[in-house]
Amino acid sequence: MSASLVDIQPSDPSKRTWLIASSCAGAVGVGAAAVPFVSTFQPSERAKAAGAAVEVDIGAMKPGEKLTVEWRGKPVWIVRRTPEQLASLAKNTPQLADPESKRKPSELTPEYARNEARSIKPEYFVAVGICTHLGCSPSDKFQPGAQPSLPDDWQGGFLCPCHGSTFDLAGRVFKNKPAPDNLEVPPHMFLSDSKLLIGEDKKA
Amino acid sequence: MADFKEISPNASAGAKLTNWFENRLPTAFDMYKVHMSEYYAPKNFNFWYIFGSLAMLVLVIQIVTGIFLVMHYKPDAALAFGSVEYIMRDVPWGWLIRYMHSTGASAFFVVVYLHMFRGLLYGSYRKPRELVWIFGCAIFLCLMAEAFMGYLLPWGQMSYWGAQVIVNLFAAVPFVGPDLALLIRGDYVVGDATLNRFFSFHVIAVPLVLLGLVVAHLMALHDVGSNNPDGIEIKATKDDKGIPLDGIPFHPYYTVHDIFAVCMFLMVFSAVIFFAPEFGGYFLEYNNFIPADPLKTPLHIAPVWYFTPFYSMLRAITDEMVLVLIACVVGAAALAVIKGKLPAIVKGAIVIGAAVVVAMMLSIDAKFWGVVAMGGAVVILFFLPWLDNSPVKSIRYRPSWHKYLYAVFVVIFVILAYLGTQPPSPIGERVSQVGTLFYFGFFLLMPWWSRFGEAKPVPTRVNFAAH
Repeated sequence: MSASLVDIQPSDPSKRTWLIASSCAGAVGVGAAAVPFVSTFQPSERAKAAGAAVEVDIGAMKPGEKLTVEWRGKPVWIVRRTPEQLASLAKNTPQLADPESKRKPSELTPEYARNEARSIKPEYFVAVGICTHLGCSPSDKFQPGAQPSLPDDWQGGFLCPCHGSTFDLAGRVFKNKPAPDNLEVPPHMFLSDSKLLIGEDKKA
Repeated sequence: MADFKEISPNASAGAKLTNWFENRLPTAFDMYKVHMSEYYAPKNFNFWYIFGSLAMLVLVIQIVTGIFLVMHYKPDAALAFGSVEYIMRDVPWGWLIRYMHSTGASAFFVVVYLHMFRGLLYGSYRKPRELVWIFGCAIFLCLMAEAFMGYLLPWGQMSYWGAQVIVNLFAAVPFVGPDLALLIRGDYVVGDATLNRFFSFHVIAVPLVLLGLVVAHLMALHDVGSNNPDGIEIKATKDDKGIPLDGIPFHPYYTVHDIFAVCMFLMVFSAVIFFAPEFGGYFLEYNNFIPADPLKTPLHIAPVWYFTPFYSMLRAITDEMVLVLIACVVGAAALAVIKGKLPAIVKGAIVIGAAVVVAMMLSIDAKFWGVVAMGGAVVILFFLPWLDNSPVKSIRYRPSWHKYLYAVFVVIFVILAYLGTQPPSPIGERVSQVGTLFYFGFFLLMPWWSRFGEAKPVPTRVNFAAH
C-alpha cells in the first residue's frame, strides 16, 4: 500500500466515531470485569468478623511484669509499671518525637490516654505491640543503662529489632528514628480492678 | 508461507522425517536458525558472558523443583510449616528437592547480579540494546517478587515477619497506603489469606510473567545482537555473505562453551546443596526453622542476603537523612538554574518542581521516603541507558578513573549488603547513609561525570586471541 493512496481516500468520520465508541465500551467492560477479581483481595467476611474484644485478668500481675494477649491477630501488651519506671518517663520528654501524643490522636491515642503515662491508670500501660514503622513487634528493654543498640542514658522501654526504633515505657517514640509515631493504645477499659477489656471502651 | 518441499524417495528415513516436519512446522526450523545455528555472537566473549545461560539454567531448576515441591506443600497457615518439615524428613529425597529450590533462589541472584554487572562494565545497555536492558530490569523485579513471596511459604518466623515488614512498606504510601496494604494482606495482619495469595502468585502468576519477559529479553537480544567486552558493533564489519566477520554461530560454539560453564556452576551448586544448604544462615535463616508466631518478632530480623543492599537504603532514611536529601534537591535545582543553559520556562519549572518536592519531603514521614529510596534504587536501573553519556561503551576504552569509580561502587554495594544483614547500630546507620548517597549519586550524576576524561581509541575489530 503506498502512502499517497491513503491520503486520497477520505477517512470516514462516522466509522471512526463508532470505532472509538466501541473501544471505550469495551474498555469499560474490561474494567467492570476486573472489579470482582480485585475485590477478592479484600479481607473476607470471616476475617472482618474476627475482631471481637478480649477480656484479660490482670489480678496476678506484679509490678514490672508484662503480659501479651492477642487481639485482632495483633499482640497487645499490658505492662504493670513500677513507680521508678513511671518516674523515668519525664526524663525522656526532651528526646521524644511526640511526647504529648498529639499526632494522629484519633488513631493512636484514645482521649483517656492522652497523658504522660498514656494510660487510664498510670500503673497499667496497654498498647498494641506493633512498631509504627513497618509492623515488627518491638522487644522489651526494661533494664535501664547502656547496652547494645541503645543510648547510654537509656531509661527502659522498647527496641524494635527490625530498624532500631526506640520507645519509652509509655510507648512514645524517640526522635530521629524510623518509626514516625508512638505505639498505638487500643481502645480499652477496666471492668474491675483486676479485669481489663481490650477492644472496647465506654464510648462504644 | 513456505512452499511444500518434496524429498527424493531414496532419502534416508531420518531425512524424510525431518522433511515431513519441516513442511508442517517451518517456524520451528526458522527459529532454530535465528536463535541457534545462525545467530552470530561476537567471538571475543569472556568469563562474564556465561551468566545469561546460567540464569536460564537456574530458572529451569527452579521451575522443575518447584513443580515437585507443590505436590507435597500445603498453603495453609496451620499446615504450611509442618508440610515443609514433612518434605524435609518424610518425603523420599524431598530434602534434596527443597534444598535445590532454596539454594537455587540464592544462586539465581548471584548469577543475575553478576550478569547485570557485566552489562554495566561493557555498556551492554546502550543503544541499540536499551530494550534488552529494560526487559532484564523487569526480570530482576519479577525475581525479587518471586523470592519475597516464596520466602513466606515455609511460614517460619522470618517468613512471617519479613512479609509483615515488606507489606507494611506499602502502607507508607500517603492517603491510599493503609488500604493498599490491607488489599495485599487480605486481612488486618499477615495471615492465612496472605499465605494463600502469595502461594498463587509465587507458583502461577509471577512465573508466567517471568517466562514472558525472558522470551522478550532474548528476542530483543537476538534482534540487535550481543554486545561484547570491547563494546564494538560486530555488525558494522560483515563479509560478502552479510555475516559479521567477528561473529561465530551460537551453536555449536557457545553452546559447547556454556556446557563447560554449566559443569563448573553445578559443581559449586551441588557443593552448597550437600555441604552448606543454609550457607551459614545467609541462604536459609536460622529463625525460619521456628514456626511463625504473630505475637513475637525475633530479636534480630533481616531479609535474605540478596535484598540487604536495598534494605540498608530503606533503613538509612531517617529524619536527619531527609534533611540531607532536601539539601541535595535544593542544591541540584540551584545548580540547574544558575549553571544550566535552559530556557526560562524550564528553569521556572525546575524551581517549582523542587519547591513541591521539598514541601512533600517536609510533610510526609521519613518512613515513606525510605520506601521511595528502596524502590528508587531498583527503578533507577531502568533509566541507565539514558544516564550514560560516555563516548565509548566498554570499560576497556573508558578513562582509567572510571574503573576505580566502578570498583568503589561495587565495594559500597557490598558494604550496604553487609550492613543490611546486621542489627541496627549508630555507626552502621551513618555508613549506610553515605552509601545510599553514593549509590544514587553514581546514577543521578552519571550524565555529568560520564562525559569527562579522555576515552581511549576504540579499534574497529574485536580483540581476540585464539586458544
